[in-house]
Amino acid sequence: MVAIAIVKIRNLFAVTMLTGIYSLLAASLFVVMDAVDVALTEAAVGAGIMIILMLGTLALTTSKEKNHGKGQNLLALVVVFITGGGLIYGTLDMPHYGDPEAPAHTHLSPHFTQESVDEIGIPNMVTSVLASYRGIDTLGEAVVIYAAAVGVLLVLGSGAVRRRRKDDPKANPKANGGEERS
Amino acid sequence: MNQYVVLRVITKLMIPVILLYGLYIQFHGEYSPGGGFQAGIIFAAGFVIYSLIYGLDKAQEAISPEAAHILAALGVLLYIGIGIASFFLGGNFLEYKVLLPDDHAGETFGIIGIELGVGITVATVALTLFYSFAGRERD
Repeated sequence: MVAIAIVKIRNLFAVTMLTGIYSLLAASLFVVMDAVDVALTEAAVGAGIMIILMLGTLALTTSKEKNHGKGQNLLALVVVFITGGGLIYGTLDMPHYGDPEAPAHTHLSPHFTQESVDEIGIPNMVTSVLASYRGIDTLGEAVVIYAAAVGVLLVLGSGAVRRRRKDDPKANPKANGGEERS
Repeated sequence: MNQYVVLRVITKLMIPVILLYGLYIQFHGEYSPGGGFQAGIIFAAGFVIYSLIYGLDKAQEAISPEAAHILAALGVLLYIGIGIASFFLGGNFLEYKVLLPDDHAGETFGIIGIELGVGITVATVALTLFYSFAGRERD
């Protein structure tokens, strides 16, 4: 229902707030499914930092979505229905939630749940899987986050660059823009 | 936001708690939910609140954008460094148990180290993103 509201509402400020609510709902869903680590991440990133960044973007642009007219694209509707139908058809083959016979629960999970405390020596399995068994995976995530920051800096520049230009109005904005970021 | 006394006072009370909670999530991640990613975001959120209430300049006095860039790179380097350290101590890349004589102590040491690296990177990257969005003006 929140998702439908996000699509329908044209005021982007309201949409941003609803996105935060959606993240919080997703986080509580994760808590219900006992994935507390994921819930914590979702609540902190989705409902916290992301909303701040979106509000910052809105402050730079405008909070009204442009109305592109009411033209309805039938082909898009067909594509969406086919994709959604395919995805739902795909989930039919998946094991039920909590099914002890599910493939994921017969290979690695018993090893992680039963032996990770002996092997790694720390009680939180999620951390030992994340940091030790899948250490290279997590390294990749850290590098991706760093790359995201580098990308944003290259496109937007850091906050300090703009300030220096404001202090020195005589400086040529074009000459000042590119050099100091490197 | 200088005129909102309530906001200023409450923020002053809240920020130490937020930062402490971030550190708790960071270093208690082996026993309770949490870890570098969550801790970094929470830690950055403290600074974001500070700059929302007291202004971007004050926040950038605390952690300048340049320092944030350097710290972000250092976090990733710490992670890779621990991987390479275990590499040279006779294990595989990121095989922490060779770091210390005791297997469990080595694993814990390595995990805390890489989580710290992740935490530093995430916190400073979130801060960098916020700085670059908030530091611009409408064109």
